[in-house]
Amino acid sequence: MTTSSPNSGDYRGAGVVAERIDDAPTALVGFARALAAAGVAVCSTRTATYVAAARVLRSDQPGALYWAGRLSLTSSPDDLPIYDAVFETYFSLDPEHEQSTMRGQSPVVQASVPFTEDGGPSEDPAGADSDVLPPVIRARASAAEVLRNRDLASLSRAERQEMARLLQLLRPGLPVRRSRRRRSRATGQVDPRRTVRAMLAAGGELAAPRRHRPDTRPRRIVLLIDVSGSMAPYADALLRFAHVLARYRPNACEVFTIGTRLTRITGAMRMRDPDSALRAAAETIADYSGGTRLGEVLHAFLDRWGHRGTARGSVVAIFSDGWERGSADELAEQVARLGRLARTVVWVNPHKGATDYEPVQSGIVAVLPYVDHFVAGHSLAALEELLGVMRDA
Amino acid sequence: MATCSTPDALNSALSRAGYLPDAGISAAAFLADNMARPLFLEGEAGVGKTSLAAALAQTRGSELIRLQCYEGIDASQALYDWDFPRQLLHLRAIEAMGNGHIDVAAAESELYDERFLLARPILRALRTPRSVLLIDEIDRADDEFEAFLLEVLSDFTVSIPELGQVRADAAPLVVLTSNRTREVHDALKRRCFYHWVQHPSLEREVAILRRRLPEITERLANDVATAASRLRTAELIKPPGVAESLDWASALQALGCEQLDQGFAALTLGAALKYREDIERVEREGLSQVMAY
Repeated sequence: MTTSSPNSGDYRGAGVVAERIDDAPTALVGFARALAAAGVAVCSTRTATYVAAARVLRSDQPGALYWAGRLSLTSSPDDLPIYDAVFETYFSLDPEHEQSTMRGQSPVVQASVPFTEDGGPSEDPAGADSDVLPPVIRARASAAEVLRNRDLASLSRAERQEMARLLQLLRPGLPVRRSRRRRSRATGQVDPRRTVRAMLAAGGELAAPRRHRPDTRPRRIVLLIDVSGSMAPYADALLRFAHVLARYRPNACEVFTIGTRLTRITGAMRMRDPDSALRAAAETIADYSGGTRLGEVLHAFLDRWGHRGTARGSVVAIFSDGWERGSADELAEQVARLGRLARTVVWVNPHKGATDYEPVQSGIVAVLPYVDHFVAGHSLAALEELLGVMRDA
Repeated sequence: MATCSTPDALNSALSRAGYLPDAGISAAAFLADNMARPLFLEGEAGVGKTSLAAALAQTRGSELIRLQCYEGIDASQALYDWDFPRQLLHLRAIEAMGNGHIDVAAAESELYDERFLLARPILRALRTPRSVLLIDEIDRADDEFEAFLLEVLSDFTVSIPELGQVRADAAPLVVLTSNRTREVHDALKRRCFYHWVQHPSLEREVAILRRRLPEITERLANDVATAASRLRTAELIKPPGVAESLDWASALQALGCEQLDQGFAALTLGAALKYREDIERVEREGLSQVMAY
């Protein structure tokens, strides 16, 4: 091992390391900043690693600079296409360090364009009226009760604000599963390790046997929320609902939006404040109010996440009205596949709350044989009912 | 074998150990070794993440120490534990010999002796010079365990209250793998070099097959690698990895096959594809689609 000690020095930030590097760390730091601006989570620690790695690899093949950056600055396969694009624009056009440093100031517009093209910030469901003070609602005693049963799509703006507050008050009871880990309990099997340890503490005298039983852990919940045009009136309330669950079970809840593409918004949903969480989510959702290709998107979800473990043994809730522009067969095949992986698949269709609803859309007809529960979720009361279904899953 | 001085040297050392790396892998392993940082590997199942760790151990002339993560794993399974039953027996033995009179202080210090210590993988890795520590499927462990790993991996020191500190003379080369069933915490990833391992190119896969199965004909190696790479683009539930093509090639070899034809392919498809849906799909679309000619 040539380096001194693994934790000394190398982590202190780009500035410190940059002083020790003899050639053009500014260009490298500029590249890291360009990458950060394009949406890769780069921090000073990583930048420092990058500069140091570039120094270690410097004398080698032309790919050295590429690999030094890719290995130290990226942390997910999602980062790789962004990295390649930024690397291309930043380094290939002009090898002069001065020039590239200059471009480091305002560069990345180019590289980041494909990722925010039809982006939703302007259609941001939360941001639109978030700086307006919530108007006072002159409430009678039963106003909340009435609101509980109102269709989420028919709310006025003031009612919407009140609904957001009511959603915050939800105290979900969520599903659990048996864990491998055991916890000491008064009854249950004898715990040999703790018993022996207790005997050791008592100088080898026989102690009363200690007992343990399997613990429970939160069961993973996966929410797939359709944000296409036909679901747009419900999207805000459903995302708020997802936020409540994600905050309540930060380590056992995954949230994705589906439409024409799959977007993982779990990270955004972990923010404490619901309005900032929704704003952050809206920035990443590119297909807000677009079309629906449920089958393809579910396929992508299963390949990328579900099959690897995210859906295994979990409770999956799909919020969608089942308007499918793609093939209904593909959708049915993917839901069947999901049903084999998940413990429970719940299909939530807000339109089911209407009195004259008939499940006639091709998508819904195709998936009904494969879902365990088909519920409405169009009002607060219906969402509470959904929570009950999920808890007992 | 000494630490390799360039990625190219490491590349050839790995090749000698039977692992044929591409430029990314050798750069990653070289940097991890040179800068004493853990290497964080992600990629499809069967692309050779674990075998890279094994090959690295071989190039370093040392041992591969593997810590398989699972839900509920904790420090006593990763670091060390005391062998309580043996301690108890020992205590009883002292008691029996001393006819009830025991020197308490001496007995106690004897109890917490090296011989009652059960060294688990991380402690073993710290004590084994130049070892490779493989922390497999870190995404299966709980978040708390990541925080614990972060602490150990940042200074490669373990303190055992009864014995004192154990410090690695030379930090082991740490390789972490993940299947992305959940997002590993950023703080851990930040300390590592991250590499997304891809399926090998056709030429490299042929070379891997021929290296691992010396008796295979060049024709068969070529056919299997071509078929595997076509299967990977066919939108299957589980596209075959290198591990599957190796299995497939040795299955064909065992049947005495010298070049892949439809009959042999149909017989042995189960070695490459592990889902009924995938096999049906390939059979429906026609096996000839994946053949090399």
